[in-house]
Amino acid sequence: MSATALRTSFISQGLRRALSSRIAATLAYPHGVDRYVESFAPTYSLSEVRAEVTALRHQTDDSVTMTLRPNGNWQGFRAGQYLRLTVEINGVRRSRCYSPANSVHAADGLIELTVKAHAGGFVSKYLQQNLRVGTIVGLSQAEGAFALPEMRPSRVLLISGGSGITPVMAMLRTLCDEGRYGSYRGQITFLHYSNAAKDQIYAAELTEIAARYPNVQLLRGYVETNQGGELNGRFCRAHLNAVPDYAEAETFLCGPPGMMKAVQKLWADEGLAERLHLEHFAAAPAVIDTANAEGEVRFARSERLARNSGGTLLDQAEAAGLKPESGCRMGICHACTCRKTSGRVRDTRTGEISDAGEGDIQICISVPVGTVTLDI
Amino acid sequence: MTAIQKNTFSSLTPAQFAAIGTAFDAIRNRMRADLGERDATYIRTMIKRQRQFEVAGRVMMMIPPVWPAGVAALSVSKILDNMEIGHNVMHGQYDWMGDPALNSKNFEWDSADTSRNWKITHNYEHHTYTNVLNKDHDIGYGLLRMSTDQKWEPRFLANLPLTVLLHSFFQHFVAVQNLKVEEVLIYKTKTGAQLKEEFKPVWKKMRKQLAKDYVLFPLLAGPMVPMVFAGNVLANLARNVWACAVIFNGHFPEDVEQFPESVIENETRGQWYVRQLLGSANFSGGKLMHIMSGNLSFQIEHHLFPDLPAHRYAEIAPEVRAICEKHGLPYKTGSFASQTLSTWKRIAKLSLPSGKSGKVSARKANDQGLAPMALAA
Repeated sequence: MSATALRTSFISQGLRRALSSRIAATLAYPHGVDRYVESFAPTYSLSEVRAEVTALRHQTDDSVTMTLRPNGNWQGFRAGQYLRLTVEINGVRRSRCYSPANSVHAADGLIELTVKAHAGGFVSKYLQQNLRVGTIVGLSQAEGAFALPEMRPSRVLLISGGSGITPVMAMLRTLCDEGRYGSYRGQITFLHYSNAAKDQIYAAELTEIAARYPNVQLLRGYVETNQGGELNGRFCRAHLNAVPDYAEAETFLCGPPGMMKAVQKLWADEGLAERLHLEHFAAAPAVIDTANAEGEVRFARSERLARNSGGTLLDQAEAAGLKPESGCRMGICHACTCRKTSGRVRDTRTGEISDAGEGDIQICISVPVGTVTLDI
Repeated sequence: MTAIQKNTFSSLTPAQFAAIGTAFDAIRNRMRADLGERDATYIRTMIKRQRQFEVAGRVMMMIPPVWPAGVAALSVSKILDNMEIGHNVMHGQYDWMGDPALNSKNFEWDSADTSRNWKITHNYEHHTYTNVLNKDHDIGYGLLRMSTDQKWEPRFLANLPLTVLLHSFFQHFVAVQNLKVEEVLIYKTKTGAQLKEEFKPVWKKMRKQLAKDYVLFPLLAGPMVPMVFAGNVLANLARNVWACAVIFNGHFPEDVEQFPESVIENETRGQWYVRQLLGSANFSGGKLMHIMSGNLSFQIEHHLFPDLPAHRYAEIAPEVRAICEKHGLPYKTGSFASQTLSTWKRIAKLSLPSGKSGKVSARKANDQGLAPMALAA
């Protein structure tokens, strides 16, 4: 570390200590130190992870690859893990999970996310079309058990499909970096499926890596014909002929549901389930039936379950013996607002149906549409 | 007022109530659907200005030549924090943004009152039971006589001086409002032990507020300790008086109606809207007046749509007025000065047992099942 860097880090640590002090907290009461500092340093925070978008590129027509510079609260990640990215779209915060695709050894400390815009994807479409360099986004710390083990396996098989490539890309890049430093000497097979060559993200880099690292075997499968891949069509048993020792490998899998099911079945049939690690990245779409009350209401924190009676969630919670905070019971006072962790609800005043994701709702005027989980 | 006033709460038919309810619901739904970046930018800009005023005010207070400017800036900051930001954010006006810093569940304001207690007495009791006697504690705050239907007691002879006291220490009166201190001191329906228990969280908040304004910031000023202390007293006083005046103007000018408890039995949405309308009054002013009053200059619109971002009330007001005119209902408004004068006249008259001011909806039992009101005084 240079002298200037040392001095800068000394100053920033001193500043941090001062801002975290009880005196600073009392002076900034009740809003908190962050709420003052953020007016002139929008990425600075004492506790929250925030990041600035520093670069954007479009590898394919329907994707965006963004580079993020996180603030000092980011604790890093293990290759394969995901984070929750929060962006504000038309005044409303939206969060989605994405897996960083960069090597955990990246010296610049930047995070790289690649997002594919899919047809019904409100957030992914926004990111692909409207995100700008300089935007401040919110991040969670990295989460998830799908990650390279600390003891690196000597034989690794990475299988991915479509945009499921991102977590295994992080694994590949990490292992390649470790190979370059001499700490990793294992064999890696990278088996990736996509529809057509033009849709494939990280195509050029994969070719480069395969050419540069003798321990990396690259196998590309395309659904469309004449795409120049090593394999044709979707995943099948025959494709594994190119990986004769797949049974000895630790296999990491991430892709669309159909493909994941096929791989899982084969591994289970051959008694290899323990060597298969996987990450689901696309939830099956929820089916809505507004005609009758269906599904159940789950009160997660109090661990209670009730059949959906069709009444408001507040009534149903009370019928289940719970006493959530409430007030006017007509959507005025917001005393009953609580966290919905999943499921759709209908606003009794407007008939509007919410999205299925996490969000705050007023339970006195919300009727469940199918199964709903509340954090009460 | 140009409208031909021909209707009152009791002369409206169920069909008219339903039509009014539908008309207001339509405004609300249209506005909710339109919320977006404009509103997010508005509230964030307000917060930014408030922080700038606060920092500037606290610094200037430590420098003798600009001390008056410092007091003014801190007063503005506290008023913005309480009115246009705190009051409105805690109503859930910005909950839809999903920003934890602007969420009614988390937000705390620069006031002695805890956000939790405020949301009970204000968002729930005052906004649900607006101007319903015995239900809406804002009618007199347990301290004053604000209606002829409140039985006269000798203590109400002090109605006027107590009103001055309430204005001066408004943040502390509001802080203990949810404790209903009069139930211990006067009516003996509550024990001192109960009160002590309920006071704990309030004291915790008060203590932090006092420590910040009257210990830490004065100490930071070194030799300027007394000046900074005095500056904070003045800024808190300015905020107290202003906030109290704005709130009184919203509900207590003489032509604003109060309602008996019976009105809320089986009340329909349409009836609720009309009660909000008749129980509130606006005052006129420019853009600055609206911002500094937290847009409570549009008290009527605020009571009809308490969870719509308040800066939108100005846009809605002409439509609300048109609905009132269509149904022959009054839309009460006047200048800040005339509304204040009218409010103080009401308070003065009610300090005496014969006080007949404060328009009371003395309704006859009718087909809407509204019980007649017993005039107590």
